[in-house]
Amino acid sequence: MNFPVILFFICGAIAVLGAILLIVAKEPIHSALSLILVMVSLAILYLLLGAEFIAAVQIIVYAGAIMVLFVFVIMLLNAGVEERTSFSKMAKYAGMPLAIFLLLEIAHWVWHASIGAKVANGAGAAGAAFSTRALSLELFQQYLFPFEATSILILIAILGALVLAKRSD
Amino acid sequence: MVPISYYLVLSGILFGLGVIAFTFKRNIITLFMAIELMLNAVNLALVAFARAWNQLDGLVFVFFVIVVAAAEAAVGLAIVITISQNRRSLNVEDVNLLKF
Amino acid sequence: MFILHHLWIILLLPLIGAALNGLLGAKWPKVAVNSIGIGSVGLSFLCVLELIREFLQLGATQVPYFERYFNWISAGIFNVDFALQVDQLTIIMLLVVTFVSLLVHIYSSGYMAHEGGYARFFSYLNLFVFFMLTLVLAANLVLMFVGWEGVGLCSYLLIGFWFLKDSAASAGKKAFITTRIGDFGFTIGILLTFWTFRSIDFGTMFQQASTMPVESAAGFGTLTVICLLLFAGAIGKSAQIPLYVWLPDAMEGPTPVSALIHAATMVTAGVYMVARMHPLFSRAPLAMYFVAAVGAATAFYAATIGVLQTDIKKVLAYSTVSQLGYMFLGCGVGAYAAGIFHLMTHAFFKGLLFLAAGSVIHAMGGEQDMRNMGGLRKKIPITYWTMLAATLAIAGIPGFAGFFSKDEILDAAGGGPHAAPVLYWLGLVGAGITSFYMFRLIFLTFFGQPRYDEHKVHVHESPSNMTIPLILLAICSVAGGWFAAPHLVGGSDYFEAFLHPVFASYGVPAAITQQESLAGAPGAAAGIAPNHAMELLHALTGLPVILAVIGLFLAWWFYIYKPDAARRAKESLRGLYTLVYNKYYIDEIYAALIINPLLWISTNVLWHVVDEKMIDGAVNGTAHVARELGGEVREIQSGNARTYATWVVVGAVGFTVLLIAVWMVR
Repeated sequence: MNFPVILFFICGAIAVLGAILLIVAKEPIHSALSLILVMVSLAILYLLLGAEFIAAVQIIVYAGAIMVLFVFVIMLLNAGVEERTSFSKMAKYAGMPLAIFLLLEIAHWVWHASIGAKVANGAGAAGAAFSTRALSLELFQQYLFPFEATSILILIAILGALVLAKRSD
Repeated sequence: MVPISYYLVLSGILFGLGVIAFTFKRNIITLFMAIELMLNAVNLALVAFARAWNQLDGLVFVFFVIVVAAAEAAVGLAIVITISQNRRSLNVEDVNLLKF
Repeated sequence: MFILHHLWIILLLPLIGAALNGLLGAKWPKVAVNSIGIGSVGLSFLCVLELIREFLQLGATQVPYFERYFNWISAGIFNVDFALQVDQLTIIMLLVVTFVSLLVHIYSSGYMAHEGGYARFFSYLNLFVFFMLTLVLAANLVLMFVGWEGVGLCSYLLIGFWFLKDSAASAGKKAFITTRIGDFGFTIGILLTFWTFRSIDFGTMFQQASTMPVESAAGFGTLTVICLLLFAGAIGKSAQIPLYVWLPDAMEGPTPVSALIHAATMVTAGVYMVARMHPLFSRAPLAMYFVAAVGAATAFYAATIGVLQTDIKKVLAYSTVSQLGYMFLGCGVGAYAAGIFHLMTHAFFKGLLFLAAGSVIHAMGGEQDMRNMGGLRKKIPITYWTMLAATLAIAGIPGFAGFFSKDEILDAAGGGPHAAPVLYWLGLVGAGITSFYMFRLIFLTFFGQPRYDEHKVHVHESPSNMTIPLILLAICSVAGGWFAAPHLVGGSDYFEAFLHPVFASYGVPAAITQQESLAGAPGAAAGIAPNHAMELLHALTGLPVILAVIGLFLAWWFYIYKPDAARRAKESLRGLYTLVYNKYYIDEIYAALIINPLLWISTNVLWHVVDEKMIDGAVNGTAHVARELGGEVREIQSGNARTYATWVVVGAVGFTVLLIAVWMVR
């Protein structure tokens, strides 16, 4: 029981807690805040895995931009209290059990898979192989085309969002 | 020292919770957040696998997933705004015109 | 030997005429249509004349002359070639068909001059000639059947020529359907023939048949059944009992059609077929007797109906039915040459009778009822004299064509090897009745006072393109018998001798000639010359002549001398009169027994139940089921995004389980 494992369990627990809060919360703004909690704990977990660039991107982009956008929209639309949902029967009787079954199944098989033997050595051991430098080299050499394509994708998204959200006057 | 399988189990749990959230919530924005939760769970799994095989491809994948998730969130929320203006409701059950 | 090697030219000429007139003729002037229509048949006739010249140069071993053009059907051992053959019988038929067709075509250019659909008429006529020639020239049963069906088709087209008239269209249908019933038997006969002989080629069939024994008259041997089935087709096509009902109705068609098709050529196809099949018939005595019996019965029966008919064309129609009966009687008793001889003379005088009747109708401005005629003798002399010549021929007055042929048939029926006394007496009395009703027709139409309004109807003689064929046919009716006059009447018997090779071939034991029947076998072999004068005297005082004269006398008595007598006879024999006048109610009986039940079945069973409920039900039912199923399935599209998500999860879970299961099994 060393420090990384404890840290993992704590962050894991916080993440799961945040997810459950997201489900249980009555107001959307509470759900948004719980999601931010989940993302932050995931960022810590990334750090634990030695992917510091991804952790930083997660905080900056995901938690810092996307979730802020969510919060803005919730406030803009004045999304109030969510009414008591009348579950669609299909969702109630099939969805819940199946979802639980799904995650139990994944958990079970993952546990028994040989991959379980591999051990994450902690941040230091990843070392230079996972450094930002190596990642960016990879990104700009081998994955150059997808990289440029995603910039166009973002451009399209901006245009799309602009057109859609414009008031029709 | 943490076995990779722990990360994968956590990822599975988060994904399952995301599915449950998507199934049972009625507010459109909350549904979106459930999707984001699911994406995050997948990202975790990807990073864990990258670590396991010691390859950078997983991280690159995660990078692109985050970028695309951002674009998707932007456009999706714009759609949500439009829908809420048209249907005057944020309830996903009111957006049911595409039926038989 | 040009034509002999290119027999197809004879067939092709009318076909080209039909195609040209049919497809393009509607826009052409009458002159063009005439020249193509008449010209094609005329050229065909000239080809036939040339064919005769070439044929006479052939040696005895080359006959029947056979030409095979191409293979039409080849299915295993069932081979049908487009093959044509020529022998003496074919020559006679070709002559009759082309000559009478040519005259009818010329006549039609006058008769149909003011009718619509002029080019169509000539096209159909030419098409008919083509099919009839195919029938006559065919060297196998199937090709003959092609011609058989083709003439049936043309008959339908021509009877219903004025198709906008209900009665004409119905008559056409009646003709086609009734002959179809006979054709059903014919088809089965062809199948049975193929089964028995493994071939439908005449040469091969007869070759095999010549080795078969004569079948007993008591049972139904194979040959007997084949012959009976083939004869069923002849019953339909040649209007014998019980399938004759279409012929009187066929008078709805234009008169040239009646002359050509229903007097001279199509209806004689049955007789030709029986004569052609003589090796088979001669070995099936039961079938032969049946043919003769049907022929004699029809001859008598139709003659009785003809006595009371008032429409001039209907009288001639029943007369045709009756005369066809005589031809079958002749063939049935083994006198095939006599039957064919009667066919030829009948083509001349009956064709003439119909054409002359058409001339009368034309002169009377469309009137066909004899009760409204009278005293036309001086007004349309050419028509009168030619019609009189034909009547003398048909009545069997000595010297005219019909006398020779009818006498020969009756003689064979009375005294030949296959003679049957009953049939002889039926034929004899029928001959007397024939004479009676034919002279009745003449007297009612041409003698006495006019029974029509002379101010309304302007009787005028027909134009020359109608009268010239009448005159030509009258010459044939008179002289046609002389060159073939059998020994019976002291003639040279050229016709008999000409056809002898045909009917003596294939070792047929039953074909007889007058020489054998008269002189007895030993006498003929010794070559004793018959005494012409004695035979002539014998023939002139024979029973047929006596009855013919009695018939003429009775007609004169009833319709000229004492017109009142007819009315009084009618009153006293009221019941019989009504029965015969209504044609023995045969049409009504058929309608009640056969047609109406069939119609009822068609409407109530086949239409309402099978078609509407079962077939439509099945098709609509399938569509209904598809729609219901679709209706159920489409409710998956509820519009509820969460349900969709659930389905996705279900799918994902299922897929995962599947993958794991596969992985586990491996």
